[in-house]
Amino acid sequence: MLKIQDLKVEIEGKEIIKGLNLEINKGEVHAIMGPNGAGKSTLSAVIAGREEYEVTAGTIEFEGKDIMDLAPEERAHAGVFLSFQYPVEIPGVSVTNFIKTAINESRKARGLEPMEAKDLLKLMREKQQLLAMDKTFMSRSINEGFSGGEKKRNEIFQMAMLDPKLAILDETDSGLDIDALKIVANGVNKLKNEDNAVMVITHYQRLLDHIIPDFVHVLFDGKIVKSGDKNLAIKLEEKGYDWIKQEIEA
Amino acid sequence: MKLQEKLISSFDKFGKSLNGSETDSLRKLRAEGIEVFKAKGFPTTKDEEWKYTPLNKSIKHDYDLADGFSSDIKSEDVDPFLCTGIDSYKVVFVNGVFNASLSNITSQDKFFVSHLKDAFEGKSEIFNKYYGKLADTQQSMVALNTAYAQEGAFVYVKAGTVVDKLIQIIYINNDSSRAMMNQVRNLFVVEDRAEVQILERHQSLSDESVFTNVVTETSVGNESHFKHFKVQNDRKTTTLVDSTFVKQGTSSNALVDTFAFGGELTRNNLHFEFAGEHAEAHMDAITLLKGNTVVDHHTFVDHAVPNCQSNQLYKGIYDEKSKGVFNGKVMVRRDAQKTNAFQQNNNLLLTDHAVIDTKPQLEIFADDVACSHGCTIGQLDDEALFYMQSRGIPRKEAKAFLMFAFAGDTLKNITIPELKEQLINLVACELKVDLELNEVNL
Repeated sequence: MLKIQDLKVEIEGKEIIKGLNLEINKGEVHAIMGPNGAGKSTLSAVIAGREEYEVTAGTIEFEGKDIMDLAPEERAHAGVFLSFQYPVEIPGVSVTNFIKTAINESRKARGLEPMEAKDLLKLMREKQQLLAMDKTFMSRSINEGFSGGEKKRNEIFQMAMLDPKLAILDETDSGLDIDALKIVANGVNKLKNEDNAVMVITHYQRLLDHIIPDFVHVLFDGKIVKSGDKNLAIKLEEKGYDWIKQEIEA
Repeated sequence: MKLQEKLISSFDKFGKSLNGSETDSLRKLRAEGIEVFKAKGFPTTKDEEWKYTPLNKSIKHDYDLADGFSSDIKSEDVDPFLCTGIDSYKVVFVNGVFNASLSNITSQDKFFVSHLKDAFEGKSEIFNKYYGKLADTQQSMVALNTAYAQEGAFVYVKAGTVVDKLIQIIYINNDSSRAMMNQVRNLFVVEDRAEVQILERHQSLSDESVFTNVVTETSVGNESHFKHFKVQNDRKTTTLVDSTFVKQGTSSNALVDTFAFGGELTRNNLHFEFAGEHAEAHMDAITLLKGNTVVDHHTFVDHAVPNCQSNQLYKGIYDEKSKGVFNGKVMVRRDAQKTNAFQQNNNLLLTDHAVIDTKPQLEIFADDVACSHGCTIGQLDDEALFYMQSRGIPRKEAKAFLMFAFAGDTLKNITIPELKEQLINLVACELKVDLELNEVNL
């Protein structure tokens, strides 16, 4: 589904990603772990199409097609979804209006008619329940005055509404208490099926207790330096990142 | 001949053409008007009040001043510029002349929706009592208007009356053979405990240059409610100078909303004055410009009596090489204790070439007042744009969302749903998006 080859990325002349390879197939859950500044968030932003980052080498293919020249919205229409580490507050735009526009723009890109209002409402109610969200959420401005947990639930709610092929969860666990973490993880697990894929970017192992990864990759200084199964995450949690650093340097 | 000389030298001929049909007092007003204009001429950038807005480009055209313009027009030509879907009174002017067939005026015991010539004949007592009494005739553009104005809308609402429908006033200019300068004048008299809402629009249908110099005098009686919406979305060949004077009685509530989207140059002079205590004045505006357009908002709120409140909310979005000016002056005189005066001007500059000059001026001579002003200038938030794009909302639509969210709170005082919807659609149209924009419930 996603194939990244020899990717190099710069921002303001500083190289952040230094030759990264990653392949994610449908039905898989991949975890990307690593210390601060390793390039985790850069990687997610580059896949989603953030323009401030300059790709200097390598390719990103999504479902067999090069997506490097696609605008962020076109990548979204193709089925890429990025859950933000820091969801942006947009005063004056209601959750309902936002999600309706997002869905209908995506349908338009696929040559479909806008979704009927009643179908949209039904779908929203269903996904709201999945994320244990209050009804009043829908008429509020996006993320404005939301707590950390509400923001992350709102991200997964949008993911549920948009039904992406590849969901990238960037530090979704940060700022969540254990109850909110369970709700979010449960939401992701319910949405997971054999035709889609999830890339979980996280610092800590605790989210991976709830969203079980098939593969764990360690991102260090702009490269994936080690890959393994879920046990690698447990080892990282116990021993930290220093042993990996030593392994590389050795 | 330069326009200024032409206006001065044509005045005698104009006076003779009236052929003694007017009262002495009106003749005197005209004569005084032309004298002031003779002495001051068109304002230049040397005038402090006109520092940022040069008229020289607008006055270099060879405008025709005479009447006798074509009045050939069909209602289909006018309809797109009206608020539709609601029953309304209409006062339509074509090339400065009242057009009866396109209008829907009314003359009732309780209120009167008509045009100035009609008022001059049928309601001369009201006309004489208010006409020329509220406007500052020492301002040269007002003086020029006073010298020449013959037509405009007239609304008179008797005490205790609520006008049942929106009043739409539209000035259409459609002569495609000559550039034209118009001096039009509105007079709105709302007596005590009365209520009325008015929509005003100036619209050119031809590519010839049009200069409209409009003066509006509004008297709002005690405990009355008055709303005046202005849509300024004219062609790129038009200049509009709008001088509006509102005088409010005790416990009255008045609103002037300005939607400034187009025209080559638009200048708004909005003047509020309180004659009684516990009155509230509201001024909301959205300025949405592109190309080389210029819009200048000058407001002046005169708090001469205690316990009044004024609120100004001006939001501007400037694209390409457009330019905006906001100069908001609030005067709180010595006796005007317990005044609440608020002024806010927020701007978005979308390009490096767009310009906003913003200048709040508070002059406070009382010591027990609450006054504030604030202005901001910013850009669209890239992070928010990327967030929306990452959810599949194209950049143009994402920008429109942010811009509407930025400006939307200026719509809060519009209570007629059809009018609000059409103004929102006008915004969406300006932003070139087919989006359902709506206000967020708070």
